[in-house]
Amino acid sequence: MLGLEKKDFTLLLIVAVMVVLAPFVLNPFPEGTAMAQMFNAGYPDLMQRFAIFGILVIGFNILFGLTGYLSFGHAAFLGAGSYAAVWMFKLLGYDIIPAILLSIAVSGLFSLAVGYVSLRRSGIYFSILTLALAQMMFNMAYSVLGNPSSSYNLTNGETGLQVYNSDPQVLLSTTDPNFPHLFGLSMRSETHLLIGNWDFTLNAGYYLSGLFLLLAFYVSIRIFRSPFGLMLRAVKSNQQRLNYTGLNTRPYTLMAFVISGMYAGLAGGLLACMDPLAGAERMHWTASGEIVIMSILGGIGTLIGPILGAGFNEYFKNILSKINDSVLHEWLAFLPDGFEDVMVTLIHPFVGKGWHLTLGLLFMMVIIFLPGGLVEGGQRIGKLFHRKKANTPSDETPTE
Amino acid sequence: MGILEVKGVNKRFGGLQALGDVNLSVQEQSVHAIIGPNGAGKSTLLNCLVGKLVPDTGSVMFDGKSVLGRTPYEINQMGISRVFQTPEIFGDLTVMENMMIPCFAKRDGSFSMTAFAAVRNQKDIIEHAIHALEDMNMADKRHMHSASLSRGDKRRLEIGMCLAQEPRLLLLDEPTAGMARADTNNTIDLLKQIRDTRDITIAIIEHDMHVVFSLAERITVLAQGTPLVEETPENIKGHPKVREAYLGEAQV
Repeated sequence: MLGLEKKDFTLLLIVAVMVVLAPFVLNPFPEGTAMAQMFNAGYPDLMQRFAIFGILVIGFNILFGLTGYLSFGHAAFLGAGSYAAVWMFKLLGYDIIPAILLSIAVSGLFSLAVGYVSLRRSGIYFSILTLALAQMMFNMAYSVLGNPSSSYNLTNGETGLQVYNSDPQVLLSTTDPNFPHLFGLSMRSETHLLIGNWDFTLNAGYYLSGLFLLLAFYVSIRIFRSPFGLMLRAVKSNQQRLNYTGLNTRPYTLMAFVISGMYAGLAGGLLACMDPLAGAERMHWTASGEIVIMSILGGIGTLIGPILGAGFNEYFKNILSKINDSVLHEWLAFLPDGFEDVMVTLIHPFVGKGWHLTLGLLFMMVIIFLPGGLVEGGQRIGKLFHRKKANTPSDETPTE
Repeated sequence: MGILEVKGVNKRFGGLQALGDVNLSVQEQSVHAIIGPNGAGKSTLLNCLVGKLVPDTGSVMFDGKSVLGRTPYEINQMGISRVFQTPEIFGDLTVMENMMIPCFAKRDGSFSMTAFAAVRNQKDIIEHAIHALEDMNMADKRHMHSASLSRGDKRRLEIGMCLAQEPRLLLLDEPTAGMARADTNNTIDLLKQIRDTRDITIAIIEHDMHVVFSLAERITVLAQGTPLVEETPENIKGHPKVREAYLGEAQV
């Protein structure tokens, strides 16, 4: 089906079902309860981030997972995509199609330039070059190109680029919604499904991002199974042999770099479509680091890993940052008074503003106990069940 | 005119003259061995032939065209394949995938962007790769991870991958280094079979005299970066200059 093997098609189908049902599955607790406040993730803002960061990490995995080239500057392409999209909103109007097309094109060009320079080196030197070039882009966006009083204010610096009423928006018609839209359908429009005590939100922006996620996932499966993908894996395995087999590695790695840069551009454009502003902090090197963390969490070089990694990271970031001291006191109210205070003080650094610490610890646990990421965890559980059912050796392939 | 003509090649590393005025002519469809004691410049010479090093002076012509200034992949596409001292294969890939890569390189050249076609639909490549594996008696191992092959099988696979490209010149860099006697003999048999059944020129760098004398038709002896003699194996054995290079001045 669709030019895919049965196994891959099944995987695509599973992801499609996940995308469609996410607003329901991620809202397991009825509205108004404390559990819903804390653990429900089925609201548009967060689900959009699941899908968009999924796209970003899928693209990153084409570079890092297949060729082994670890780029530490992919957030720069995400940011460039966002800026391009917001400029389209400012100049043309809120139609998202030109915005997304331009963001992919702009990020493609930037990644071509960055890749051309940094792919002259490999290993740690490549990583440092991408990091340096991306930090340069960040600083350009943050200060040099963002001075509101200069005539070339491309990024609006610290404030961030946003749409003002004074902007041209030449294609804007009076009937269009005053928000990014697809053929008049605002990305903010949503339907509430009230079933019992549950409130499910079906949001246009989320489903559009989900559709792009499926498309991105499909393209990545095709690339993984193509001769081009085989060459990229050969680059990771033994570049010397590849060179002495008559193959020029540079264009292969450069194409992989540009493709993953364009994925990042798409993700950046979509972020701007869901919320039409772009800030330089999106390009900061810590954001690039987060992309690396998400792809390692999910499982490097696997198909489904990036989606799992992005989802895991965004979900835990979200709930951990919501837990503050008063929530902790509420949860630990059953403990004796003095002991409760001690416990709250102990847990305090790990939650709320300290969510980085917990996520970092989780990341370390995954690296130490599951070097293959969440996908390896899933495979181990799968094998456990397999062995219980029938005592036959499984013939699963590691590249899921 | 040989298929490979090396003329007046010099290569200096700082104060060390690694190659001094090397002349070498490898005849088409012959097996030519280059021997010499440690540090004689054998590997330097080989690296000059495949584009890894560029000689300071001199010329290297393959089939009438200069290889100097070309990159390793360009020289490979001209028809020179190299087998390494320690087998260089794609350890993360299966044996079949390993074999498919030279088949792609042969069909599509040094770069092709076929990102949307499935590998399993490339019927001609699959057929070519299976055929090449059968030639090496490795077709039954095609689903194995190539890193888990034995040393001898890795060498076999590497030679098979080079042959799948149908090169005109096969360069072997100490193909039996570090091998057990049985594996060495297997490799000799394999190379003999290649010599007798294919349209190919073989140049081999070797330490092991047993390998050299059972394969080569011409032997060049290199010492301190300069060719001493070029002779047939029969004439090399008792040659005084060769004894001197290997054993020193004193008579044995």
